[in-house]
Amino acid sequence: MARGSVAVVGAAETSKMGQITEMSELQLQADAALNAMADAGLTAADIDGIATAGKPPDALAQYLGITPSWLDGTLIGGSSFMLHVRHALSAIETGLCTTVLIVHGESGRSRVEAEGFPEFIGGKLAGQFEVPYGASLPPTMFTIPVLRYLASHGLTPEDMAPVSVIQREWAALNPRATFKDPITVDDVMNARMVAYPFTLLMCCLRTDGGGALILTAADRAKDFPHLPVYVLGTGESAEGPLVSQLEDFTSSKASRLSGKRAFEEAGISHADVDHLMIYDAFAHVPLYGLEDLGFCQPGEAAEFIRNRHTAPGGRLPLNTNGGGLSYMHSGMYGMYAMQESIRQLRGTAPAQVPNANISVAHGVGGMFSVAGTIIFGTESAMQ
Amino acid sequence: MVDTKQRHLPRPTPETLHFWDGTRSGELRLQTCDDCGAVYFPPRPFCPECSNRNVSVFAASGRATLYSYVISNIPAPGLEPPFSVAVVTLEEGPRLMTNIVGCDQTPEALTLDMPLEVTFEAQSDEITLPFFKPAG
Repeated sequence: MARGSVAVVGAAETSKMGQITEMSELQLQADAALNAMADAGLTAADIDGIATAGKPPDALAQYLGITPSWLDGTLIGGSSFMLHVRHALSAIETGLCTTVLIVHGESGRSRVEAEGFPEFIGGKLAGQFEVPYGASLPPTMFTIPVLRYLASHGLTPEDMAPVSVIQREWAALNPRATFKDPITVDDVMNARMVAYPFTLLMCCLRTDGGGALILTAADRAKDFPHLPVYVLGTGESAEGPLVSQLEDFTSSKASRLSGKRAFEEAGISHADVDHLMIYDAFAHVPLYGLEDLGFCQPGEAAEFIRNRHTAPGGRLPLNTNGGGLSYMHSGMYGMYAMQESIRQLRGTAPAQVPNANISVAHGVGGMFSVAGTIIFGTESAMQ
Repeated sequence: MVDTKQRHLPRPTPETLHFWDGTRSGELRLQTCDDCGAVYFPPRPFCPECSNRNVSVFAASGRATLYSYVISNIPAPGLEPPFSVAVVTLEEGPRLMTNIVGCDQTPEALTLDMPLEVTFEAQSDEITLPFFKPAG
């Protein structure tokens, strides 16, 4: 893939965020899509590629009045949309389509005509070998590796608490964030225990919402109303959905491979990164992400966060929308991570990072099952 | 409606039936590749290391160590909180999900790398689940 050959020319979230009982999941998708089209100055007639996760892309195309020549329904959990960006890049480069709309909408809280959490019951491998033991929801699946991670680095559950505390600081700067009140490490540790060692404040929200992106070839990108944000590099990889079969509980192989590929494609070093988004369904995921992407040595991410390097004013601003822990989390959060990357590079984020030219958005799908990494850059990052 | 008093039980497929036949007769069955010697889990009629279809079933020792876990306070069908959701490393190498039974469901009682041994509990006429308890 050529560096920066494709750009994001439209980006928007749903008009509302949080509890949206007046919209079905399909309409949440449409609301986000229409906002992104308006952002780009386009209508359905201008879109010839469509991608979404959870609902079939053809159903959304029909609802929106789009006639696609390219569809992608890749559904691998919360990082599905990172993979859609990567696949769209390839489709635009090879001429399969010109203008791709990537849509997320999820009635994660109100469950208005919502797709269910995948049923692992019965004959599937997870249904036979994991679900019978109570590993049936994210808080008892995504969380299982962390005690091994903490023990192998001489850390304790309290070392996860600053992740929640500092993301709440970012959320306080974001008017759309669900939770904005400051919290302390003690608050996090004393919150109700959901699944030891995870307290409620180490677990993401459940909200309704959505977001959409529009991508097209870079040579058209300056014809649109907003500053183009270029795709500099992408990566994806997977281990699969069985938590018990993950190769190493102290690190995500999918994240390591995805991140490495994206950095290589972008031709950048870690020092070049101005802004970072790491999927945070639970407080341990940014710790793994910082290490698996190579920003920290194994076992050093907790201290890096505790030392406020990722906090407001720090040298590596992380999850500046407040993240899944405090901003919003509809279920498949990856889209919101990319939306924040785009806002930062357009210079329109509520908690704007000064001179942000390169942003990395890293998504983890399923329970460390799949990873997708997108590196975005401004015009000046293309120089 | 899903019956919340009853655990979600496995529905064996042709590829996994030998495993569930094994637990019902008190054996924890693994597979090994006749070509490369890899020992693997979960069951499938080919080797995930070298793609060879010549594989054999054998009974594992039932000895394991505790790799990682959470203690769930969230109810799950047929499971009363608090309960451990654990991954153990079998003596033969593969890992599997299970519940640790026969001890307090606390961080103090559940220490990583503690030696464990398999114990079987019938859930229905067809399905017996393998759990693990402190060894000795």
